[in-house]
Amino acid sequence: MAKKQESTAVEATKIDARIPEGVLAEKWSNYKAHQKLVNPSNKRRLDIIVVGTGLAGSSAAASMAELGFNVLNFCIQDSPRRAHSIAAQGGINAAKNYQNDGDSVYRLFYDTIKGGDYRAREANVYRLAEVSNGIIDQCVAQGVPFAREYGGLLDNRSFGGAQVSRTFYAKGQTGQQLLLGAYSALSRQVGKGAVKLFSRYEMLDVVIIDGRARGIIARNLVSGKIERFFAHAVVVGSGGYGNTFFLSTNAMTSNASAAVQMYKKGAYISNPAYCQIHPTCIPVHGETQSKLTLMSESLRNDGRIWVPKLKEDAEAIRAGKKKATDLKEDERDYYLERRYPAFGNLVPRDVASRAAKERCDAGYGVGNTGLAVYLDFSSSIERLGENTIRARYGNLFQMYEKIVDENPYKMPMMIYPAIHYTMGGVWVDYELQTSVKGLFCIGEANFSDHGANRLGASALMQGLADGYFVLPYTIQNYLADQIQVPRLSTDLPEFDQAEKGIRAKIEKIMKIQGDTSVDSIHRELGLIMWDFVGMGRNKAGLETALEKIKAVRHEFWTKVYVPGVSTDLNVELEKALRMADFIEIGELIARDALMREESCGGHFREEYQTPDGEALRNDEEFSFASCWKFNGEGEEPELLKEALDYEFVHRQQRNYKA
Amino acid sequence: MEKNINLTLKIWRQAGPKVKGEFETYKLDNVSTDNSFLEMLDILNEKLVKERKEPIAFDHDCREGICGMCSLFINGHPHGLDGETTTCQLHIRRFHNGQTITIEPWRSAAFPVIKDLMVDRGAFDKIIQAGGYVSVNTGGVPDGNAIPISKVFADEAMDAASCIGCGACAATCKNGSAMLFVAAKVSQLALLPQGKVEAAHRAKAMVAKMDELGFGNCTNTGACEAECPKAISISHIARLNREFLSAKFKD
Ligand SMILES: Cc1cc2nc3c(=O)[nH]c(=O)nc-3n(C[C@H](O)[C@H](O)[C@H](O)COP(=O)(O)OP(=O)(O)OC[C@H]3O[C@@H](n4cnc5c(N)ncnc54)[C@H](O)[C@@H]3O)c2cc1C
Ligand code: SF4
Ligand code: FES
Repeated sequence: MAKKQESTAVEATKIDARIPEGVLAEKWSNYKAHQKLVNPSNKRRLDIIVVGTGLAGSSAAASMAELGFNVLNFCIQDSPRRAHSIAAQGGINAAKNYQNDGDSVYRLFYDTIKGGDYRAREANVYRLAEVSNGIIDQCVAQGVPFAREYGGLLDNRSFGGAQVSRTFYAKGQTGQQLLLGAYSALSRQVGKGAVKLFSRYEMLDVVIIDGRARGIIARNLVSGKIERFFAHAVVVGSGGYGNTFFLSTNAMTSNASAAVQMYKKGAYISNPAYCQIHPTCIPVHGETQSKLTLMSESLRNDGRIWVPKLKEDAEAIRAGKKKATDLKEDERDYYLERRYPAFGNLVPRDVASRAAKERCDAGYGVGNTGLAVYLDFSSSIERLGENTIRARYGNLFQMYEKIVDENPYKMPMMIYPAIHYTMGGVWVDYELQTSVKGLFCIGEANFSDHGANRLGASALMQGLADGYFVLPYTIQNYLADQIQVPRLSTDLPEFDQAEKGIRAKIEKIMKIQGDTSVDSIHRELGLIMWDFVGMGRNKAGLETALEKIKAVRHEFWTKVYVPGVSTDLNVELEKALRMADFIEIGELIARDALMREESCGGHFREEYQTPDGEALRNDEEFSFASCWKFNGEGEEPELLKEALDYEFVHRQQRNYKA
Repeated sequence: MEKNINLTLKIWRQAGPKVKGEFETYKLDNVSTDNSFLEMLDILNEKLVKERKEPIAFDHDCREGICGMCSLFINGHPHGLDGETTTCQLHIRRFHNGQTITIEPWRSAAFPVIKDLMVDRGAFDKIIQAGGYVSVNTGGVPDGNAIPISKVFADEAMDAASCIGCGACAATCKNGSAMLFVAAKVSQLALLPQGKVEAAHRAKAMVAKMDELGFGNCTNTGACEAECPKAISISHIARLNREFLSAKFKD
């Protein structure tokens, strides 16, 4: 491997990611060999709060409890098993090379780095690829019923953006099965008393004592009571902030609040502009829609994407005068196959999404809104038979039919891009520790590993890597120094102050008594985000967005109406508290997008593109992870930079054409 | 078919666990048939908020039929009348103009009402905590392909594992039994070599916990299977009984 330092002109304000020395492939082993550990008798005396029970949170809580730590685990849903991870469909990657098709840890690492458009940290991504195999073993041992071949071995499929078959899956319900596996491990520890579970609780702030995270303030969502919890370290795995856009594929309670709370207590938010727009979602049906539904990317393995070749045909279809099936083969434009012959329908998500938008903007879109393209299975059904397609995607086809009321075995599906995942998030170092000591962040909530674009089936891998195999090690390096710290009282002034702040905020919201519902303000924010901070961004649009978001903030804090009382179950209040933070993160997304004068991965600035419309990076000036530092309410945040030096991989322009 | 319809909604309102509840009737006009059932409730709630009234509390999260958070008896059926559908996947196009829809919470001794249509299903978590797992710690496990598993068993385990823990089975059972839910987990793990080792013990522990938490006995009425949104088969109950008997036998 050529070891060539590709430095950049980025003058990084020294942000130290604490990456271990040594060659790439040995960093993690070296780290583990030399890190500090906590001895078994001391573990019992250390408390760890884990916020979140998604793949990241529940795997972390279970694993740390198994090691002997005392864990407190929180989630918003009524059961940890219902965290948003449950909805993941397609699969999870690992570098097992069971198919003998040339996969390896290095190739998974390389594909992830390239897929992320060279905006991720090499050392983290390598570690991720390295621990990926252990995840599959772990899940199998837990009884996760992965798909198998007739010989009894594990089956794999290829997934968007990869040329090898490295994706493990459980029907179209992989997230469900992996989460239920982690949930069962967690439940075992709850049964043993090693984890104390707090479901229907929402973290409202993190408590810092002498510069270290020492607990949280949380609201019991059933009683409305505000409660205090101490721990020696706090881990947050609260998921992504895609719901800033109102309509997204995320679950209804997915939120940005825990991230914003950490940000306001000194943790940096990194690369918020990197939002992933997934190409295959069911198109929007109307104004009263509450969320969008993903159609797994795995469908692109057997479905072909097209729009009519002629505008007249597209118009006729929109007007209901023609049907998709009326168009003959040569009247269809399989635009991905045309533009990207090497990858065809399997190009990465950002590329596929932009291509769909390009066709629809140019007037070739279908559906009654014109904001849809076809995903057609007719040639696969012809080749493989309806039964094979049913076996592969039956539940997805059924889901589609329920929502759209059309039979996708007979009529091509209609799809359109939608917000799906957020690569940006809370900045963490190699140990997954934020810029606040003792405060860790895992899973989608952190910014690590995916750079500017995440590959399919890699989020599940990252969440479980963080929770099962990374954090349980790295947190010990921190906790080893904390064994002398007693369990602190939650009557300390720092707890008082944090709780007071929360109470004041809630009271302020309850007192507004305006005339606008939280949802209608959220919808407004969502439209601004989608129109100006969505798939195609430019300077003027982003500046407009920043102005408009200010207006939304003003509207929220003067006009929102929250009925009921704060001292009882109050869903509108829960939504209002989350809404306040969506506004904050929305502004940061726009700010980050405006600052980043290049296109990379999911961040596409119209000013920066190649002649044929592909993303144009600027490695000279923008090879860094942005780190936004909170500077007080109403103040401009400060931009710090973590330089991304590519020591091991040579950066190229991504090319999916040849 | 009409694109927008008018509905009359009879909805259970209950301020808290210990308060008496009652039905309230609401008229909702001009609802698009493309909306989902829960979007229809969103529209009603938005209207209530505008009228400065308390919105209706109901559980939901993923809105795509997988998290198991949504519930509701709709016209007497858990998750409504559509087969293999959760409430969140139900669409207004399944109803007709002028129809009256009755909406109630799960009614089961083991699932007390929290507020309006929201119930406490914590008992299901407790049953899993009693044994719904394979006793392995993180790390130190064999390679995923070390033990081949017949595709037939793997697929059947997957079918059992599709249970979303919604509670419709127990809520609809006249005995208030959670047998289908328990059987789905016991069966999934008993079908796989990894879970087989503890199968009998698991069955016993989970059934004991179910009894302790106030769920009723199973008398094979089959109502659970008919109403389960994930079509979990009652054949899993037979497998549970086998494991249970073998545990008893060993005692
Ligand atoms: C429809 C869909 C399909 C997907 N399919 C795939 C796929 O096939 N492959 C893949 O790799 N990835 C997929 N993803 C992405 C992947 O599912 C997520 O990125 C991942 O599951 C996130 O896991 P997590 O543990 O970080 O967070 P989540 O699963 O979002 O969990 C967040 C947890 O935090 C809790 N929480 C949040 N805020 C608070 C608070 N303030 N207080 C207390 N608790 C809080 C929540 O209750 C929840 O328990 C998909 C995503 C979607 C939306
Ligand atoms: S068995 Fe069916 S009805 Fe019962 S909890 Fe599981 S999914 Fe719901
Ligand atoms: S809301 Fe998740 S299953 Fe209905």
